[in-house]
Amino acid sequence: MNILTNCPRGCETTVKKLHATGPLKQRLVSFGIIKGATVTLMEYAPRKSTVEVKVGKTRLALRKEEADMIEVEDAAK
Amino acid sequence: MQQNSGPTCPVIANHIKIALVGQPNVGKSMLVNSISNAHLHVGNFTGVTVEKTEVLFDYKDYHFTVVDLPGTYAFTNYTIEERVTHDFLCNEEYDLVINVVDSTNLEKNLQLTAELMTMSKKMVLALNMSDEAEKEGIEINAPYLSQLIDLPAIAVSAVSKLGLDELVEAVIKVHEAPLVEPKLIFSEAVEEEIGHIQGYLDRHRFKAAISNRNIAVNLLQNETKTYRVLHDNPLWTELQPMLIEADRHIELHHDSEDIKEIFAEEYAAFNRGIITEVVKEKKQSIVKKTMTERIDSVLIHPFLGIPIFLFFMWSLFQLTFEIGSIPMEWIDAFFGWFGDLVGNTIAHEATRSLIVDGIIAGVGAVVMFVPNIMILFIGIALLEATGYMSRVAFLLDGFFHKFGLHGQSFIPLVTGFGCSIPAYMSARILKNDRDRLLTLFIIGFMSCGARLPVYVLFAGAFFSESAAGNILFAIYITGAVIGLFAAKILKMTAFKGADEPFVMEMPKYRLPSFKLIWHTVMTKTWMYLKKAGTFIAAATVLVWFLSTYPHNEELNSTYAVQVEQVQSDEEKSLLANKLQVSQLEHSYLGSIGKFMEPAFEPLGFDWKMTVALQAGLAAKEVVVSTLGVLYAIGDDVDEESSSLVDAISKNIPFASGVAFIVFVMIYLPCLAASVVFTREAGGIKYFVYLFIFTTITAYVLSFIAYRVTLLIT
Repeated sequence: MNILTNCPRGCETTVKKLHATGPLKQRLVSFGIIKGATVTLMEYAPRKSTVEVKVGKTRLALRKEEADMIEVEDAAK
Repeated sequence: MQQNSGPTCPVIANHIKIALVGQPNVGKSMLVNSISNAHLHVGNFTGVTVEKTEVLFDYKDYHFTVVDLPGTYAFTNYTIEERVTHDFLCNEEYDLVINVVDSTNLEKNLQLTAELMTMSKKMVLALNMSDEAEKEGIEINAPYLSQLIDLPAIAVSAVSKLGLDELVEAVIKVHEAPLVEPKLIFSEAVEEEIGHIQGYLDRHRFKAAISNRNIAVNLLQNETKTYRVLHDNPLWTELQPMLIEADRHIELHHDSEDIKEIFAEEYAAFNRGIITEVVKEKKQSIVKKTMTERIDSVLIHPFLGIPIFLFFMWSLFQLTFEIGSIPMEWIDAFFGWFGDLVGNTIAHEATRSLIVDGIIAGVGAVVMFVPNIMILFIGIALLEATGYMSRVAFLLDGFFHKFGLHGQSFIPLVTGFGCSIPAYMSARILKNDRDRLLTLFIIGFMSCGARLPVYVLFAGAFFSESAAGNILFAIYITGAVIGLFAAKILKMTAFKGADEPFVMEMPKYRLPSFKLIWHTVMTKTWMYLKKAGTFIAAATVLVWFLSTYPHNEELNSTYAVQVEQVQSDEEKSLLANKLQVSQLEHSYLGSIGKFMEPAFEPLGFDWKMTVALQAGLAAKEVVVSTLGVLYAIGDDVDEESSSLVDAISKNIPFASGVAFIVFVMIYLPCLAASVVFTREAGGIKYFVYLFIFTTITAYVLSFIAYRVTLLIT
């Protein structure tokens, strides 16, 4: 299983599955993080504690714990 | 609130009530400001932490009420804003919805639009920021969009005031016409099930406020309110098995068991289809970065980001205190002058004292902080409106998370160094109740500006002038560090629970509009004046009363005799001071101080220090003036009056002084701040918790400081 935070800065990949549940899942979904969506890893905060991802035209900040719940396709380009 | 501004609504005029809905950062408030031209009437709904704003205006023969609802990403109850919006849309009366969307990010915005379309409400789509979209090479065919989804879609721009009349005309037209159900098409599997349920409802002639198709959609996406309504209907016995079957069918098709996710995917698929049809985007050269990306490469740089942010904060504080202190002096002088002026016209001694020393001085103390508060609010509004705030949260969340705080807690905490009142108010940016409460409890640990006089006085009394500055700095830092650890402890005990997720949009950088910033700042300042002002006036009257009564006439006459015996003015004023001290000693406040003295003895405080601390509950500046009165050097003391510094270094042992500083650093903020705290936290019980928490912490740490200092000196 490949998770989003395994990707280096600048990589573009596709969401495979959301491992979050409940309100957090709804929250991510409402931002457009759904199966098949293309996400780009924009920036890491110091010590990789937080990541910035781009979904469509939206930029999102996620804590590492949350970003780890996003499973992405293996072949990260 | 009275509606006295603007033309009043004649009875015959048509009244249209509009709910303005949209995702955050789409320029809703700006749009409503532009449409109504000037805010004829802006009121804030009280009782909820996040206000919805109502704006009234007239156009042709129509009278409009626009309710500007807080931004919401989807129909969930994740944040307070979303709860407010969702409740309003489901439970309140309104004629029409204007859904504001950001033309530069239509796909994401349409997710909310799709959900709104299932409500069977009259609706108009406002494609805001159309000029910005044009600049970015995005072309939206609005008429075609209207045709595809059966909703009037109008390209507007709140900033350059484009298409506003068309929007209002469209609203009138939709309002006059019967409801047209918008077209929202799902995948085949879902459509099939909708058809089943709708057909069943139609056959049984079921009628409700929303169409049977939408009832079917809402049942399928597990909308609780629809369930509740149908659950009490006899049809339910037949409907329930149909729904179970439908769910199974849909879940099978989507290979998922989360119906919310399935519907999000459905909406997203529908929207993608719409986007391909109506949006034409010029392919921008890949090398060229957007403005936001370029700014972000500096501002959230892994190494430079934090230093840059600290510099901004430092500048804001410099501005707040440098510029803010100028009008502060004027205001202070004005209230002094005004007090004298009024005082001279009142002959009755007690009434004069009540009005001048009680009410005017008390209200003056509140008004004095208005310049500071306004500058801070402007700074914070700028940080928020430009989109920088979310970058700060992004940078700092890692560090703050270690202490159980949220990245966005930073803004209220830093504001707390200025004044706790705006800090408590700015804690609203935290979406989650628990995070917000935790932050509210910690704000007091950031020593506010009003505590500075106390620190300056004691640092001056016990340390050399050269060391005093460092001592001051150390006091501030220690307070902040204690605050962080207190947060950690609270998080592990009182606010225990799973960490709140940190999922936040980082909006595009935008130049904020002056009008909107000004409007926000004025509204907030006015609220501060109104709420804190009325209350602190009452509170100061109380403190004044407690420190003035009961008046001991015997003392007065004893001193009067003594005053007659002495010659020099110096001795006279000395006696007058002594009289003041004995009067205070016999006042209610004095009695309380004496009564409380044993409790504070382990900390090395005498009754005078105890009274000063209690007076400080009203406002921290009062600590200094009370000590001044008690050590009998006259009423007019400030932190630089050397005689008070001398008196303190002579009368107060070093260890007691250290313990006193620690106590002042931690215990309850002033009354005005406490009131704001109670309101922001959402109940008097939180104030009781805060009181217990800060008092115990202050007492314990103060005791430790006292004992340790005794040991090492």
